[in-house]
Amino acid sequence: MDIPKAHLVDMYETMVRIRRFEERIRELYFADKLPAFDIAAGLIPGEMHLAAGQEPVAVGMRPHLHPGDAITATHRPHHVAIAQGVDLNKMAAEIFGRETGLGQGKGGHMHLFSVEPNFGCSGIIGEGMPVAVGAAMAFKARGTGNIALSYFGEGAANQGAFHESLNLAALWKLPVVFICEDNAYAISVPKASSTAIPDNSDRASAYGIPGVLVPENDPVAVYEVMGAAMDRARRGDGPSLIEIKTDRLWGHFEGDADAYRSDEFKEDMNVRDPLVAFGKRLVEEGVLSEAEQAAIKEKEYATVEAAIDFALASPYPAPEAALNHVFA
Amino acid sequence: MTTMTDRKLTMQKAIAEGIAQEMAVDPSVFVMGEDVGVYGGIFGATEGLLDKYGPERVIDTPISETGFIGAAVGAAINGMRPIVELMFVDFFGVCMDQIYNNMAKIHYFSGGNIKVPAVLTTAVGGGYSDAGQHSQTLWGLFAHLPGLKVVVPSSAYDAKGLMISAIRDDNPVMYMFHKGALGLGWMVNNPHATGPVPEESYTVPIGKARVAREGTDVTIVTVGLSVHKALDAAALLEADGVSAEIIDLRSLVPLDREAIVASVQKTHRLLVVDEDYQSFGMSGEVITTAVQGAFDYLDAPPVRVATPDIPIPYSHPLETWTLPSVDRIVAAVTEMVSG
Ligand SMILES: Cc1ncc(C[n+]2csc(CCOP(=O)(O)OP(=O)(O)O)c2C)c(N)n1
Ligand SMILES: [Mg+2]
Repeated sequence: MDIPKAHLVDMYETMVRIRRFEERIRELYFADKLPAFDIAAGLIPGEMHLAAGQEPVAVGMRPHLHPGDAITATHRPHHVAIAQGVDLNKMAAEIFGRETGLGQGKGGHMHLFSVEPNFGCSGIIGEGMPVAVGAAMAFKARGTGNIALSYFGEGAANQGAFHESLNLAALWKLPVVFICEDNAYAISVPKASSTAIPDNSDRASAYGIPGVLVPENDPVAVYEVMGAAMDRARRGDGPSLIEIKTDRLWGHFEGDADAYRSDEFKEDMNVRDPLVAFGKRLVEEGVLSEAEQAAIKEKEYATVEAAIDFALASPYPAPEAALNHVFA
Repeated sequence: MTTMTDRKLTMQKAIAEGIAQEMAVDPSVFVMGEDVGVYGGIFGATEGLLDKYGPERVIDTPISETGFIGAAVGAAINGMRPIVELMFVDFFGVCMDQIYNNMAKIHYFSGGNIKVPAVLTTAVGGGYSDAGQHSQTLWGLFAHLPGLKVVVPSSAYDAKGLMISAIRDDNPVMYMFHKGALGLGWMVNNPHATGPVPEESYTVPIGKARVAREGTDVTIVTVGLSVHKALDAAALLEADGVSAEIIDLRSLVPLDREAIVASVQKTHRLLVVDEDYQSFGMSGEVITTAVQGAFDYLDAPPVRVATPDIPIPYSHPLETWTLPSVDRIVAAVTEMVSG
């Protein structure tokens, strides 16, 4: 691996932090929805889309990010937000609906917005893509040298916004990287039942921009491909489309019976868990020993726990605060 | 029309049964939308249909709402009766043009020569912290646009009968089911969501309101899950000696103005409960109807309990404060009758 050790360690740490965050949110999500699952009950009511397994798509861009770069993400946003460095305490507090949250409890888990770092997401499929195009327009006009990254699921690639955004970005040669997180399913619908061609990366050719497929759920492969695409965008050579094959280890949302994926599919997926695989590889290549990884785990678990403690210790907003912030 | 039955169903099962029975008798009926097949619809509205009718008639689509809702329009004007699902009404933004410029207007543009017998089903409503892009009702928005019928059932019986009417209707019908009124096991428990439903096929006419509860002191006009909240509020008010009549509109378009006027003439007071945004919507329309049709009968200015003109917030205390509730209904009626 021809990658600085610091970058490998950073990606591993971030993957551990993401996975732990998703695990703890999952535990707390279900904690008081038992014995009968009621989506409206508990510390975290509402839908919850977790990204365990998709860590590589998020951490691979991290070492190439500059301050001020913009990211738009999806209804499954935590991994990307954490990888960009969105304040974990405020993010947790938002998910728990607290006054100290990123949006003071107004937005919730699908609507996390951060000014610094520059992050946004949406519960509407494909919604972030044109926004990333606009961010890139602003960076170009203002000469900031920044780029925009637009994350979306493979299901979103059949939305009009995908095609319109790619065309605009290509037409205007904007500094955007479009990143398709291909976890093979859009809720229950497998990619083969929704998409006329196997690889969305091939769709780049329709807009005359580079399209790259990353066929394995591996942070190192993502690191390399994202590095090239982000450099290209930063140089002013225009957008790229990257498709990364990844795995959603859990249900579409928490509480999803996940009956549409076979046991075999789910077993295979768990066997190739990217966090386990990356950890092993780092040991084998002498980058991080098992003991060093254990120490990283301890540190990252503490960071996540501190964020959750911060959230749980924070007050709920006053009910009438609902009226604030409709207009600037 | 059959009305007597011992069999009880949830509203979700009643909807799926209504669709299944029409598919059995009319080969031109088919269903498409996201996760309507293998999954049976995220809210179960198409449960069991794939097994019964196969993938040619129960079609899982890509996330391409403009494409498949537009395709429903094309199929409808060419001999089919599509039922097309927009998973949450909040997603209309990505496909509205096909709905309001096409589905709703082609009949008119054609001078009545072309019919668009499509049903657009969609889930509406909040109350479970799904935040501002998954909790809206928005029926006022669709009712505002000429050419669409807008149906909102609140009981299992009506849900089945209105679905069958919607499928047989030669006009585009938006069929909006409230997630909290479906009787889903994983949603807030709601005893009103289950009720008697005859096994055989039957219709409930679109455009006729239902008196959900008779009363003498105040008329509460509402629709969807708020009918259930109004019923609970009326039970509490009764203990205080206030008799509330509840009109379940069942459809916004056509609006049963006669039912509104008749009830207000009887009770002399009007409260509109609307989970949709307050301004420029259903509540204003109902009040205008009452003022025009029963002005001399009103003993008090009409009042509304609605969602204030703010996006629906995520955090539980914020959302609870924002949406119409039993408490807000009781308080509004109490103030009206004592004033
Ligand atoms: C416009 C729109 N249509 C439908 C939905 C409902 N929906 C939420 S997530 C989802 C599947 C998304 O699949 P994909 O883009 O592959 O992302 P993944 O969930 O796999 O991460 C759907 C259909 C939505 N939120 N917005
Ligand atoms: Mg997917």
